[in-house]
Amino acid sequence: MSTLTLTDVSKVYPGSSERSVDDVSMAIKDGEIIALLGSSGCGKTSTLRMVAGFESVTSGTIRIGDTVINRLKPSERNVAMAFEGYALYPPLKVRDNIAFSLLRGRTAKAEIDRRVKAVSDMLELGPMLEKFPPNLSGGQQQRVSLARALVRDASAYLLDEPMSQLEPQLRALLRARIKDHMTLHRMTTVIVTHDQTEAIALSDRVAVMDKGLLQQFGTPEDLRERPANLFVASFIGEPPMNLYTAEVGGGELVVLDERGTPAFRIPCQPGEFAGRRRLSIGIRPHRVHLGAPGNGAAGGSDALIPGEVLSNHWLGDHSHAGIGIGGCFLIAVADRHVEAGVGSQVVLRIPRDAIHIFDDETGLAVAHGLSA
Amino acid sequence: MSSQLLRALRIVLMVMVGLFFLFPLLWVVLMSFMTNVDILRSPPSPFFVPTLRNYLALISGHLSTSSGNVQIDYMHNLLNSVILSVCSVVVSLILGVPAAYAFARYKFRGGEDMAFTLLSFRFAPPLLVLLPLLGYFQTLHLYDTYFGLVWVYQLITLPLVLWIVRGYFEDVSEDIELAYRLDGHGWLATFFKISIPLARPGIAAAGLLSFIFAWNNFIFALILGSSDVQPVTVGALAFITASGIEYGQIAAALVLSVIPTLVLAIFTQRYLVEGLSLGAIKG
Ligand SMILES: Nc1ncnc2c1ncn2[C@@H]1O[C@H](COP(=O)(O)OP(=O)(O)OP(=O)(O)O)[C@@H](O)[C@H]1O
Ligand SMILES: [Mg+2]
Repeated sequence: MSTLTLTDVSKVYPGSSERSVDDVSMAIKDGEIIALLGSSGCGKTSTLRMVAGFESVTSGTIRIGDTVINRLKPSERNVAMAFEGYALYPPLKVRDNIAFSLLRGRTAKAEIDRRVKAVSDMLELGPMLEKFPPNLSGGQQQRVSLARALVRDASAYLLDEPMSQLEPQLRALLRARIKDHMTLHRMTTVIVTHDQTEAIALSDRVAVMDKGLLQQFGTPEDLRERPANLFVASFIGEPPMNLYTAEVGGGELVVLDERGTPAFRIPCQPGEFAGRRRLSIGIRPHRVHLGAPGNGAAGGSDALIPGEVLSNHWLGDHSHAGIGIGGCFLIAVADRHVEAGVGSQVVLRIPRDAIHIFDDETGLAVAHGLSA
Repeated sequence: MSSQLLRALRIVLMVMVGLFFLFPLLWVVLMSFMTNVDILRSPPSPFFVPTLRNYLALISGHLSTSSGNVQIDYMHNLLNSVILSVCSVVVSLILGVPAAYAFARYKFRGGEDMAFTLLSFRFAPPLLVLLPLLGYFQTLHLYDTYFGLVWVYQLITLPLVLWIVRGYFEDVSEDIELAYRLDGHGWLATFFKISIPLARPGIAAAGLLSFIFAWNNFIFALILGSSDVQPVTVGALAFITASGIEYGQIAAALVLSVIPTLVLAIFTQRYLVEGLSLGAIKG
C-alpha cells in the first residue's frame, strides 16, 4: 500500500570481497506485484533482508513512499515478510502464530478472528489452526508463514519462496487466490520464486537477477519477447531459447556449430548488421514451425531451413522435437502432435520477428526480430 | 524368539548397571540408620535395628562420642550450601544468559577469545588460583563472606551457563526473532518474549547443572571461609573427630545433602528432557 524504491542498492557481507547484491535499482509502484527471479545464490534473499532491515545496506537507498528507510529499525518499517525458512514460533498454535502481529496493534478481538479466518480459509489452513507448528508438514508450515505475512496491514510485503513446498494442484489454486487477494487490497509485494510459471502468473512485472546484478525488470511479455541480454534469454522460457553464434555475411547470417563450421544460413537485409563480424542469435522453441519438405514455399520472407528429426516427444499437450541442422541442435515446440519420426527430414520455418540478436561480447540485446 | 532373548538380555544388563551405580547409594542410606557399631561389624550385615540417632544428632547439633560431647553445626552448613548455591546460580544466570545470547548472535572482535577464556577457568586446578586469592580476599575483607564466595563460585557456574545456553540460542533460528521484530517489537522485547522462552530448556538445564556443581564444591569454601559460611561438603569434615570417624552421621549428612539436588532434578526433569529434544523446534 505504498511504493517501494531501491536506488543503486548494494550489499557486501562482512568478510566477503564480492557484492552479493550489486547496484540494484527498482521502482515498485503502489499496489504492484513483482517477482524476483534468479538462480540460487544470486542475491534475492539478501535484497529482501535489506528491505526488511535485517541486513545493513552497503550502499544505495531504499525508500517506502518518500521515506528513506535505510536506517530505520525493522520494527519501524512496517513491512511484512514470509521467511524462506518459515520462522514460526513453536510454542504457539497456528492460530496465534497468524494473529501474533495483530495482537500488538489495537485490533479488536472480533476483527482479529475475522481476519485470521479469512486468510486461513484462503490458504486452506482451517483444520490446522489449533495445531502447533512442529506437528505440521513442511508445506503446511510454509502456508502458515505466508498467512502470517498476508494477514498484516503493511506498506510492503516480502514473500521469500512462499509456495516452494506445495504440490502443483494446491499451488495453482492458491496462486490464483493470493493474486486476487493482493490485487483487491492493493498490496505492494515482492515475491521471490524459482518458478517462472509462478512469477508470470502472479506478478505484474518480473525482475531477473544473476550474480547480484539486476539483469532485466519488465513485464512477462518484455522478458519473453524482448530479453535484454543473453542471460535473460537463456533463463526465461521452458525449454530455453536456442542460442548460437553467427557470422555476418552479405545479406545473411551464417550460423556456426560448436566447432565453428557453418551449419545453416538465415537471410537478412544487406548491411543490417554492418560493422559487426560475429553475433549471438536466439530462437524461441515455440516460434519454430515444422513442415514437411516441399511445403516450404508458403514461407514468404521467413527463413526456411531443412533439418533432420533427432528426437520427438509428445508430452500430452505439446511436442518437443530435437532437430539436427548441420552440426547444430535446435529444439522446437509444437502445440499439436508432430508426426515426423526420428530420422525423417523436415523444413523449419522461423518467422523473422522470432529471431533475437545479441552482441557477441557483451551479451546485450541488439535487435529483436530481423527487419523485413 | 531371538528378539525376546535380546530383550531379556537387555533387562539383565540394565539391572546390573543399575545395581552397580545404585548400590553405594543404597548402602549409604542404610548406613545413615545404623549405629557405628553396626556399620563396623564384620562381616557387614543388612540386618540391624534401625535408629534415627544420627539424624537427631545432626538436627540438634549435639554429637555424643566416646570421648564426650561435640557441638556441630551441620544445619547451619546446610543453610550455607543453599545460600551459596542459589545465589551463585542466580548471579550466573543474570550475567550468563545475556552474555550467551551475545556470543551466539553477534560476531564481535575478540568474542571467541572471551568465551574461551571463560571456559578455560574450568581447566586450571582451583588451588592455583585460590592461594593468591586468599591474600586478596583478606585485604579486601571478602574473606569469610557470602559475597566473596559467591564471587569465586562464578568461576564454576558462569562458564557452564554461558556455554550450555549459548548452544541453545544458536539452535534457535534467528528468523523467528526477526519475524517478531518485523511485527513492530524492539530487540529487548524480542529477547525476553522470544529468545528466552525458546532457550528455556537450556537455561533450566544449565541452572540445574551449575547448581549441582556449586553444591558439590569443597575447596573454595575450605580455603576462603570459616565455618560461618562453609557448606555441607566442608562441614562434613567435623565428623572426623578425635575419637574416630562417625560413619553413621556422615551417611546421614550425605543423605540430607543429596535431598535438595534430588528434588531439584525431579522438578526440572521435564525441562531436561525437553532440552534434549530441542531439535524438533529447528527449521
Ligand atoms: N550472512 C551472510 N554472510 C555472508 N555471505 C552471505 C550471507 N548470506 C548470503 N550470503 C551470500 O550472498 C549471496 C546471495 O545469497 P542469497 O541468500 O541472497 O541468495 P538467494 O538468491 O536468496 O538464493 P536461494 O535461491 O538459494 O535462496 C550468496 O553467494 C551467499 O553466499
Ligand atoms: Mg533465498
